[in-house]
Amino acid sequence: MQSHEPETVIEVTGLSRRFGRKEALRDVTLRVGRGQVFGLVGENGAGKTTLIQHLLGAYRAHTGSVRVFGIDPVYDPTAVLSRIGYLSEDRDLPTWMRVIELMRYTQAFYPNWDETYAERLRQDFGLPEKARIRNLSRGEKAKAGLLVALAHRPELLLLDEPSSGLDAVARQDILAAIVRTVAEEGRTVVFSSHLLDEVERVADHVAMIHEGRVTLDMSMDDIKAKHRRYVVRWREPRATCPDLPGVIRASGDGREWGLLCEGDGPVFENAVRAAGGEIVESTTPTLEAIFVARVSA
Amino acid sequence: MLQISINQSEGTPLYLQIVRQLKYLIATGRLVPRDELPPVRVLAQQLVINPNTVVRAYRELEAAGLIYTRRGSGTYVSDRPVPYSDGERRRILSERLDTVVVESRNLGYSLNEVVNLLRERDRALRIGQQQDGQREGTRHAKP
Repeated sequence: MQSHEPETVIEVTGLSRRFGRKEALRDVTLRVGRGQVFGLVGENGAGKTTLIQHLLGAYRAHTGSVRVFGIDPVYDPTAVLSRIGYLSEDRDLPTWMRVIELMRYTQAFYPNWDETYAERLRQDFGLPEKARIRNLSRGEKAKAGLLVALAHRPELLLLDEPSSGLDAVARQDILAAIVRTVAEEGRTVVFSSHLLDEVERVADHVAMIHEGRVTLDMSMDDIKAKHRRYVVRWREPRATCPDLPGVIRASGDGREWGLLCEGDGPVFENAVRAAGGEIVESTTPTLEAIFVARVSA
Repeated sequence: MLQISINQSEGTPLYLQIVRQLKYLIATGRLVPRDELPPVRVLAQQLVINPNTVVRAYRELEAAGLIYTRRGSGTYVSDRPVPYSDGERRRILSERLDTVVVESRNLGYSLNEVVNLLRERDRALRIGQQQDGQREGTRHAKP
């Protein structure tokens, strides 16, 4: 890790987008630096795919701006797309092709295609050359999609729900491939996922999107340092939780309450004592617990 | 292969989980001075985590003087590693003792009885170790 700010790869500023009456993105501002593994998390329909489509230049910004490598992908798609590897959520691969044909076909679009690397990936992923895409399992289709996204050694990898609908083993393979890609220098990865444990493993920065808005945009280290889960025991049973600083979500009834908090630990702890409570447990919450608390707050 | 694992059912930051496990492996002698640690990429791939997380864990251990990195060569366990500071040693033992104290209260033991039992167990373990040592025909160097 360097001490200076890494070069900006993606810059989204005040982006809003409507589809008819539905507001898909509202005033989204995000920055992704070179070498980052950036996790986009949110429920289905929160706006993750729409945001990724904007990065690919598939949608025009209604309000705000999108820059990838400093370029507007709508105005110069070739300049941007040649440096991006993309795996779509529905994989949309030509199902009639064989694996080897898919590789040759995709190669034609990318001058930087690395044949040796592509072949190594094919073997690592265990994809038979002659197998038709339509006959591949879900996991194999995801791997084929990842292979063609990786083999031109793109500077930026955009993965839309790379492991959704896959079994545990295939998920692990896809995740391992992402880790390997990141280990190669200078590579930037943006991936969306609703599997929070997976995001916690590989992302170093997380943006949470909820109903088209960015509700949290922080490094994983900061997320972990700034959130805490407490179990508080009150002297008397309580029907509601008293007002305490930094509480995102309180759940419980009677004497014991679980509280997920953001911010200053000592300030919170003093407030609990002042309100007649005792902290019986204090732990770092999982990313999943933080997400659930924020969404249902 | 380094026996480290990531536990995602608790929220402890992943780099900290690695730091703690490596400290433990050093403290218990399963990693000894000059043992080589896996390269960042290798450990990241083994654990399926972001390589930066491993970098951070190694940096933390290096700052604590437990490991050292030789550029272009690798990462090794230090010659005289001190895995736990006095404060940390105290904290680790206190946590264990807290459970014992609570448990003994629940079971109706007085503090004196617990202390006596502690002495008794210590004696039993010492005798057990001596017998083990004799059986192996070696003497335990450790206190």
